[in-house]
Amino acid sequence: MQASAVSLQEIVDSVVEFHRGKVGALLPVLHSIQNKLGHVPKQAVPMIAQAIGLSRAEIHGVMSFYADFRSEPAGRNIIYLCRAEACQAMGARDLEQHVMDRLSIGYGETTADGLVTLEPVYCLGNCACTPSIRVNDDIHARVTAQKFDEIIDRLEIAS
Amino acid sequence: MTIRVFIPRDATACALGADEVADSIRKGIEGRGLEVEVIRNGSRGAVWLEPLVEVETDAGRVAFGPVAVIDVPGLFEAGFPGEADHPLSLGRVAEIPWLARQQRLTFARAGLGDPLSLENYTVLNGFRGLERALDMNPQALVDEIKESGLRGRGGAAFPTGIKWQTVLDAQSDSESAQKYIVCNADEGDSGTFADRLLMEADPYQLIEGMIIAGLAVEATEGFIYLRSEYPHCATVLEEALSRAEQAAYLGDDICGTGKVFRIDLRIGAGACSCGEETSLLDSLEGKRGMIRVKPPLPAIKGLMGLPTVVNNVLSLGAVSTILAEGAVHYRDFGTGRSRGTLTVQLAGNIRCGGLVELPFGATLRELVEDFGGGTASGRPARAIQVGGPLGTYLPESQWDVVLDYEALAEIGGMLGHGGVVVFDDTVDMAQQARFAMEFCAVESCGKCTPCRVGSVRGVEVIDRVIAGTEREFNLAVLDDLCDTMAEGSLCAMGGLTPFPVRSALEHFPEDFER
Repeated sequence: MQASAVSLQEIVDSVVEFHRGKVGALLPVLHSIQNKLGHVPKQAVPMIAQAIGLSRAEIHGVMSFYADFRSEPAGRNIIYLCRAEACQAMGARDLEQHVMDRLSIGYGETTADGLVTLEPVYCLGNCACTPSIRVNDDIHARVTAQKFDEIIDRLEIAS
Repeated sequence: MTIRVFIPRDATACALGADEVADSIRKGIEGRGLEVEVIRNGSRGAVWLEPLVEVETDAGRVAFGPVAVIDVPGLFEAGFPGEADHPLSLGRVAEIPWLARQQRLTFARAGLGDPLSLENYTVLNGFRGLERALDMNPQALVDEIKESGLRGRGGAAFPTGIKWQTVLDAQSDSESAQKYIVCNADEGDSGTFADRLLMEADPYQLIEGMIIAGLAVEATEGFIYLRSEYPHCATVLEEALSRAEQAAYLGDDICGTGKVFRIDLRIGAGACSCGEETSLLDSLEGKRGMIRVKPPLPAIKGLMGLPTVVNNVLSLGAVSTILAEGAVHYRDFGTGRSRGTLTVQLAGNIRCGGLVELPFGATLRELVEDFGGGTASGRPARAIQVGGPLGTYLPESQWDVVLDYEALAEIGGMLGHGGVVVFDDTVDMAQQARFAMEFCAVESCGKCTPCRVGSVRGVEVIDRVIAGTEREFNLAVLDDLCDTMAEGSLCAMGGLTPFPVRSALEHFPEDFER
């Protein structure tokens, strides 16, 4: 535990140092930590607060405002399902039901095997070939129930 | 000459398989020992034809699309990349009616070449606007934008030149003489993707527009606030910014003139409310993205309390065109008080969806029927939402409306960012009304009560109407709630949410009586 606490401190220090002097450095700092660790651990919050001179409450306030920041690790893959109108017009509501049935989870939850965390998203900018989902950094267009199952099958094989 | 083949690298093209098609074509080329250069270009925005593969020939560029991996062997057998007689052949790109009938200013370069090639950008008239701007004084630059009639393309349609004048005239009361240019690239409206397309297909145009804005208002620092939902776009912009800096278009000595301008790319964190300009500024400052009370306007007290231009991607893109071609050239497109071109994004249940750029003046029906080719499902269209999630749902009786700011406002609608989302006759408009409230509840920044609480109550009331519980009473409550939100909210999020709700109720009342 001691070793990991030290390394977390080092990560926070190096990230804060990298962004030092920037206007509004907190968001870039949080993004950088999450990019490195997959989440922003609770223990990091007082360290960030100390390093950039904000209160823990302010950092908690920012983290909880933005959907992207997570204080617990996500699954090995994150799937973002678009819930917005252009996707609704092509059957996103039915797809949403299928996804939740297939994965047996709701939004903000992770499958028992840790394969997938499911998140809602409101537009991926892929609105002329919908429904759209994002799997990690890849966007998929015209997603049907069958196509979704194939994506999950591939993720299962890959892991 | 070496044959050149173009396969888009755009996020939508990739979502439709462009990377896999590119791999397959590369293998085909290697296997046949052909001398062919494969270029990953930006997208022309004809989403229905993506992945759109093009080949440069003596007769101009010819296209094939939409190409799937499974089609690639057949293409080579038919003679690709030479003259190929194939069912996917679209002939010369310039003659594809869907593209040929557009008049592109902002998207003129989109899809022509490697979006990151500075050489390509300059060959295609890039940086001509900047060159001119570097010889002009700030007031002359602001005057040029005023004369062009450009209005903010983000949705609010505020005259860009007047905003710039305010920033140019603003004396910051702190000791710092800093002013800022902030590009709002938080394109959160469902059904819109023009900003993303431009940034991925022609990123230097945005960079050029921002530098010109900086010269015009005497700001030396710029920010692009990009939503985190666009990871492909972030990659392109990062690389473009770094190359522009290396080539001295950005930095301490722009093009050897001694003038200074820098751009920092910032990534949002999944809050749609940050598309509102003051929330965006708070977010840039590292805070919760909460709306500020206006006044003071951001032009006077913006980022860090200093004078700030906040403009949408397309507005800043148009700036480089205006400077390159002149204000009069730009103003001569369009109609009435809507000058220049309109970029419509045809989305949702549409057969030929994508980006259409035309001078203001076309009707909604022309766009959806002539360009869009009707619904993707083949069923009759029933409702069209124009202007994003806060835009009204238009029934067929209103589809002959001209798509400009004033004409839409007259029928209680708005153009917004030009998103057009088509729904067929299977849509349940009561559910769409409910979703408008639900979206507002999810995305409300929470600062003002009408939006924060009204949206939650709105979902509940609509649920009771749908369930038939004290229907008349609850409809009256909903109407009252819509008034409160429209009149009492601090920004468009709560203030405009009643528009889709009310239009659904007004034009599709039967859906609330099931």
